[in-house]
Amino acid sequence: MAMAVRVFLLLTLLFLYANFSSALYEDQVGLMDWHQQYIGKVKHAVFHTQRAGRKRVVVSTEENAIASLDLRTGDIFWRHVLGANDAVDGIDIALGKYVITLSSEGSILRAWNLPDGQMVWETFLRGSTSSNSLLSILTNFKMDKENMVLVFGGGCLHAVSSIDGETIWRKELATESFEIRQILQSPESDIIHALGFVGSSKFVTYKIDAKNGELLKHTSTAFPGGFPGELSLVSADTVVALDATRSILVSISFQNGETSFHQTFISDLVADSAGVATILPARLTGIFAMKINSFIVFISVTDEHKLEVVQKITYPAAVSDVLSFSEGQKAFALVQHGGSRIQLVVKLDNDWSTDLLKESIEIDPKKGFVEKVFINNYIRTDRSHGFRALVVMEDHSLLLLQQGDIVWSREDGLASIIDMTTSELPVEKKGVSVAKVEHNLFEWLKGHFLKLKGTLMLASPDDITSIQEMRLKSSEKNKMTRDHNGFRKLLIVLTKAGKLYALHTGDGRVIWSLLLSSLRRSEVCEHPTGLNIYQWQVPHHHAMDENPSVLVVGKCGLGFDAPGVFSFVDSYTGKELDSLSLAHSVAQVITLPFTDSTEQRLHLLIDASNHAHVYPRNLEAVNILERELPNIYWYSVEYQRDIITGHALKGNCILDVEDEYCFNTRELWSIVFPSEAEKIIATATRKLNEVVHTQAKVIADQDVMYKYISRNLLFVATVAPKAAGEIGSATPEESWLVVYLIDTITGRILHRVTHFGSQGPVHAVFSENWVIYHYFNLRAHRYEMSVIEIYDQSRAGNKDVWKLVLGKHNLTSAISSYSRPEVMVKSQTYFFTHSVKTMAVTSTSKGITSKQLLIGTIGDQVLALDKRYLDPRRSPDPTQTEREEGIIPLTDSLPIIPQSYVTHSLKVEGLRGIVTVPAKLESTSLVFAYGVDLFFTRIAPSRTYDSLTEDFSYALLLITIVALIAAIFVTWILSENKELREKWR
Amino acid sequence: MEKGKGVVARRWAIDFTDNSISPSSRDIPDPLGYARASSDQDDSTVSRQKKDAEANWKAQKAWEVAQSPLKNLLMMGFMMWMAGSAVHLFSIGITFSALWQPINALQGVGKIFEPYKDSKVDILAPKLLFIALNLVGLALGVWKLNTLGLLPTHASDWVSSLPPAQEIEYAGGGIPLH
Repeated sequence: MAMAVRVFLLLTLLFLYANFSSALYEDQVGLMDWHQQYIGKVKHAVFHTQRAGRKRVVVSTEENAIASLDLRTGDIFWRHVLGANDAVDGIDIALGKYVITLSSEGSILRAWNLPDGQMVWETFLRGSTSSNSLLSILTNFKMDKENMVLVFGGGCLHAVSSIDGETIWRKELATESFEIRQILQSPESDIIHALGFVGSSKFVTYKIDAKNGELLKHTSTAFPGGFPGELSLVSADTVVALDATRSILVSISFQNGETSFHQTFISDLVADSAGVATILPARLTGIFAMKINSFIVFISVTDEHKLEVVQKITYPAAVSDVLSFSEGQKAFALVQHGGSRIQLVVKLDNDWSTDLLKESIEIDPKKGFVEKVFINNYIRTDRSHGFRALVVMEDHSLLLLQQGDIVWSREDGLASIIDMTTSELPVEKKGVSVAKVEHNLFEWLKGHFLKLKGTLMLASPDDITSIQEMRLKSSEKNKMTRDHNGFRKLLIVLTKAGKLYALHTGDGRVIWSLLLSSLRRSEVCEHPTGLNIYQWQVPHHHAMDENPSVLVVGKCGLGFDAPGVFSFVDSYTGKELDSLSLAHSVAQVITLPFTDSTEQRLHLLIDASNHAHVYPRNLEAVNILERELPNIYWYSVEYQRDIITGHALKGNCILDVEDEYCFNTRELWSIVFPSEAEKIIATATRKLNEVVHTQAKVIADQDVMYKYISRNLLFVATVAPKAAGEIGSATPEESWLVVYLIDTITGRILHRVTHFGSQGPVHAVFSENWVIYHYFNLRAHRYEMSVIEIYDQSRAGNKDVWKLVLGKHNLTSAISSYSRPEVMVKSQTYFFTHSVKTMAVTSTSKGITSKQLLIGTIGDQVLALDKRYLDPRRSPDPTQTEREEGIIPLTDSLPIIPQSYVTHSLKVEGLRGIVTVPAKLESTSLVFAYGVDLFFTRIAPSRTYDSLTEDFSYALLLITIVALIAAIFVTWILSENKELREKWR
Repeated sequence: MEKGKGVVARRWAIDFTDNSISPSSRDIPDPLGYARASSDQDDSTVSRQKKDAEANWKAQKAWEVAQSPLKNLLMMGFMMWMAGSAVHLFSIGITFSALWQPINALQGVGKIFEPYKDSKVDILAPKLLFIALNLVGLALGVWKLNTLGLLPTHASDWVSSLPPAQEIEYAGGGIPLH
């Protein structure tokens, strides 16, 4: 057996020698990979439909993306994803050809060319203080035929030319904590008004000449009640705000420099006013919208500052901004829910009684409530005005409604994935219809015939295109059943909106989706957040007929002691099986390596007060846990306090209410990093489901090294507090990076390395007995990657062949962390060109195949790097035997082979995570990279040594065999005949 | 084709000079009252000389056959030296043929020496030589196998398939979820 493995390994090594890269051919793109582009939840939308050309809508999203979408299909014309801390504050269109965006808290103003999305100019606006930001384009004020862009940010008001981004004037309005809420423009003169608050009690107006920024008038009036900050403009000289207690509406008129306040109690207007009131940012004339309890109340303001309720609608509803669609006429849209339908009403903003449009549209209840609506008008063939509405739903999907129908919809919730897991597909059974994607024998033959023609170079260009199409749309990969190689799986992803999606690995289509009721905003749960997703029940063997299920853990509220919520979801059907509102908070979720009799995995939840709760809540689980209690530990890494603590479980909780599922914990050890010298910046552990094939590493001359393989190892990286900031914020002398390997049972530090003159960010992966981390070397001005491999010296004596043959060794006996480990560490460091966003390592089902490092580069691509390049045994001049073993001569930097980009020519914009899942085929690993985009492929780090390639021509093989058999028969008959003739001679 | 030519050369034949001694080779029973053994003793001198010559010839042949592996051995050694110590198709093929040939030969030892079996010829010594030479060949093959690293003679061959040891303790955790 061992020999077979050796031969096989040597053969694979030979294969490796033959070809290092694992690049694709051009026609293989899309065969086993797919790529989906998203934009995220839309924050602002600006339509561009005036001209005859392509109608489009420009949106900015919460994933910091700016995109131009085709209004007919919803496809992306162009898209830019800004950096993670470059949030878009405002977006507008200037001159009818530039998209102007304001980002980074009002400090960066950019103009993009509308048709193709190229950047035209970029201006950095320097402010003096931090404040809110506001973008306003003065449309009817023309200065040399150009629009002026007014930007408030950083306490300054800037006027920027929209043609070249030159600052025309800059006015510092910097009083402490001044915030502009509204910029007003007089229709006929060049005067602009800026309204805002100073602190929480003063209302301030500025009157400024738009030509040169001269301050004409400044008023500041204190209001004793205070303001929470929201403000709604109702007419040219009146705004409405709430007071600090949110129980009084204050209408403020600021005509002629005189500011006067008029207070109205909300309770006088609305009968049931116990809740917290908020003013909605919709800009209507004479009317403002306020949300209170579960209602939206529209209140009109008369000239005498009397407030009157115009209409009251129940809450799941959205109001759009006003749209002026023809001379002097302004309309706005209102979307309300009624069962599974939504009602879209477009009204004139000054005439509440008539509806310009009233449509009722059936909508998938899985999309939740409407959150935002943007409207746009078009002129119908009969010259009347029609309206279309862009609707943002609760699950972050985007819909375009027009003429009572959904024109298109985009699942943009998938741009914000929090966590993911995988599930197997159902086993193929008789009676389960998969015929939809299956094709008949004739088509199969035809396909293979075409392929054969392709291999024999007989195919016409038409044939080639049809071959390519056939390969891409191969029904084999899209079936809804488990396959032999384990390539077909379900990727179950949890998004920020609290929605679960199951994606098929074949083509990335959504199999099912579910908006989790436990993660929806409700009266009980104001700010629900999804945290993680775990495999709850993975049936195999005896429970094969049951469907697997996943556990979604979330919590209700923002604090660390907010109570947790659980949802159990069937992975095949996407139905919520059960949901729980927990009485305790969730600080840690620990997946235990035990299952109960129904194959439900035991999970241990640690709450904020360090009590452990076991799930599933049944007696069997408690019994299993009690049996294993002395061997279960947990640890906690506290970034803020720079402390790592280790805990053990002990008996049941002593609480007021008896709870047999609750266990007490006690602290065993703690590692306190000196706060003046070290600050934790990164940790890494081995993946729970990682399989290691062997504990021995065979090195040159048949020697053996024993790997120190432990699941209870934690990699921790700390830096000097001064160097915790960005690169360049500290000198090499005052920055250092310390790396620890810590046993999480005993708290023993197994290894410690200090890299002087280095700093973070640190990205690390831990697998088998090695850890690889990436950091910045300030002295060399380069990024570096280091590898640490840990070997067990206490086993190194096991070298007697006869003892091993007879099984007289201690290599398979269970080990305890309390026995004193003798470890030997090998490490090496290399330069690496790229900065890294995320790192992962391939995982295969048996752990035999060599590993590849998957590096998410700053360019949002995924680069595969062989682990062999990060081998501490590399030396500048390896011996012959070491060369045979596959050791590469040592170089100072790691090579970046262009062909080894897993994402080939594509980009996974906003890359946040890379997940690898083993396929059943040992050579192959499935890779899923997510960010704003999604990308999936499968890779074979040592090439597919255990299967034939995709384009292997079975038809050719069959035909060859048939031809050979025929030839044997023919020659046999001929020879018989000849022999007979000879005999008769 | 060979077969056809053979047929042409001799379509049928009767052997009149059948002087076989053993009764078993003849299908005709001896006439009554005739004892073959006694008559054989009679025509002695000519046939004895003939037999001695035959025995000598057989013994000589047997020795020749017994020494035949030596040539093979030298050939094999040369091939192995040419093949080198790296594992590839050629060296594996040679090594396995080097192992296969002696084994095959040893299996057919009886058959090979069958034609030279004679009551007067001592074929034990050539047989032993033959076996010894083949064993040397086999040893050579095994040695080659070992130099290729394909024999489980090292600790690494026995531990490489051992799974990692189980751990008694289990710890989970990490950064608290916020």
